[in-house]
Amino acid sequence: MSITFVIRRLIFLVFVIWAAATITFFIPRLSTRNPVRQRLAELATKGGFSSTDLEAMVKSYNTKFGLDKPLVEQYFDYVGSLARGDLGVSLYKYPRTVLELIGDAVPWTLALLLVTTILSFIIGNLLGAVAAWPRSPGWLRTFATPFVLLQGMPPVLMGFLLLFFVAFRLRLAPLGNAYSSGIIPDWSSLEFLLDVFSHMVLPALSLILGTVGGWVLSMRGMGVTTQGEDYVTYAEHKGLGGTTIFRDYYLRNAMLPQVTGLALALTAVVTSGVVVEQIFGLPGIGQTLSLAIANNDFLVIYGIVLFITIAVATLMVGVELMYPLLDPRVRHA
Amino acid sequence: MATTFPPTTVTIRPVAEVQQPSRTTLVFRYFRRNKSLLIGLIILFILIAFTVVGQLVINPDNAYPLSVRSKQPPSAQYPFGTDFFGRDLLAAMVLGLWQTALIGVLAGGIGTFVGVVLGFISAYFGGLLDAGIKGICQILTPIPAFLIQVVLAGSLDKRDVTVYTMAFVVVLLAWMGPTLVIRSQVLTMKERQFVSVAKLSGMGDLGIIFREILPNLLPFIVAAFVTQVFVAQIAALYLAVLGLGPLREPLLGNIIWAAQTQSAFFNGWWWWPLEPALAMVLILGSLALIIMGLDEFANPRVRRSE
Repeated sequence: MSITFVIRRLIFLVFVIWAAATITFFIPRLSTRNPVRQRLAELATKGGFSSTDLEAMVKSYNTKFGLDKPLVEQYFDYVGSLARGDLGVSLYKYPRTVLELIGDAVPWTLALLLVTTILSFIIGNLLGAVAAWPRSPGWLRTFATPFVLLQGMPPVLMGFLLLFFVAFRLRLAPLGNAYSSGIIPDWSSLEFLLDVFSHMVLPALSLILGTVGGWVLSMRGMGVTTQGEDYVTYAEHKGLGGTTIFRDYYLRNAMLPQVTGLALALTAVVTSGVVVEQIFGLPGIGQTLSLAIANNDFLVIYGIVLFITIAVATLMVGVELMYPLLDPRVRHA
Repeated sequence: MATTFPPTTVTIRPVAEVQQPSRTTLVFRYFRRNKSLLIGLIILFILIAFTVVGQLVINPDNAYPLSVRSKQPPSAQYPFGTDFFGRDLLAAMVLGLWQTALIGVLAGGIGTFVGVVLGFISAYFGGLLDAGIKGICQILTPIPAFLIQVVLAGSLDKRDVTVYTMAFVVVLLAWMGPTLVIRSQVLTMKERQFVSVAKLSGMGDLGIIFREILPNLLPFIVAAFVTQVFVAQIAALYLAVLGLGPLREPLLGNIIWAAQTQSAFFNGWWWWPLEPALAMVLILGSLALIIMGLDEFANPRVRRSE
């Protein structure tokens, strides 16, 4: 891996983030809606603010966002504040900053998506590898087939069906939320941890079941091509044991393209994660986002969109840069 | 030693005419082999029949709020039940299925069309144009399109959101996939001999594109179209589930969103969110099966892996 490759990928990353920032900047400015005025008018009609508060807010917003300046100047200000990591202030939960709101929500989302993505990746790849391996027992191979059919079902719909059958019909799991309403949130008490866990099972299951089919299918395809490779035949003729061939010669090589697939799947993972959270009422990024949508809290919406884009694009480039560590052929090429 | 061969009498019997199976038999045989395509098409046909026949039977007004008694479980009078807002869910599902399909076909169709045009331009003419189109596609791909769609739909005035603007919002970020697919296909096809022959025989660029390359790409274009409809369908569903759809319309995702905001499961109105969710499962399932089937049809290399 050469240093120019790394630099080229990093420049690409900057371009992606810049494109995302530019799109999120211009779309709302081209629309007829003015989020600040809309929000403030809403508050004024509700009558919760005295007029001095309102004036102070209008003034602070105008200076903070420079809404009176020309569009080009606003754009450069915006890009500049982004570069400093400043995403602005929430309109709905003023004076909390967008970054604070994201910080509150991210641990839930990160935990859920990290666990489910890794589990789904491992389960899907193992099932797919076993399904394509000619010497695996018949029942295991048939076991993998129905998972391929799951491919057409997005995690959100899977979540709905699980909610209905498991939570509503069988009453085996709660119907939503991150923890029971009667319990005191305290991360050091075991009772609370168990409660959170029981609320996380269904969202996690719907994400795993909704994504595992794709891994099974692509791994089965990769497996079929890999087992025809000469080095697998050679390993067999050397008299190596079945497990060694399966693990070191077949699985390891077949999984390499899947790692690239994982990077490409990240956008879909985050997207479905956001919507699944919303369905189950978890206090993650998804709920923050939909609350922001419901309340016209535009700066939070754009902040979240940018945050997720940066996270996904960085992870994608990260996987790409890590790839040579996994595959020596790329390293030496 | 000279041997004389006995004169052989070869009677040339008229060869029994080779029975070429009729077109329908061939199609039938292919479907028997490609089961996922068959099952997918059957489910799709049933869904289309449901919404087309349904629209002749139901009263479309009942698909909107305050038209029937609310919160009725499925019964003889309301086979699908009614919801909290007083919509007959049978009417809502018939209309919603139609609108959902419309969004998918519109967004998928436009996305594929743009993709085919850009893919052709990019691959056929190459050079700076190709670098530009490819670069834009590559930069836009890592950006989660759904989130940009959220920003876009959120920026629209709620009154402006209709089924058509939904399709438009979805398609704005759904043309990169087909562009890259068609581009790579045209790139390989450009090097084939029949294209060189056409070029040497003095055929113009447009003639080669429309008469030589396009017909050969048709299976890929059809596959790209169905994939695009599938993608658009999921994007529209997600937007609607977050409450960004045309709120008045009984779009399937909107029904799910409405049920979710009224905590339908908590209140025991299970039929309300379940019916649109199952309908979405059928739509997406049939499309996924058709995509798998078309993959085999368009790309015989996949057949070997079975």
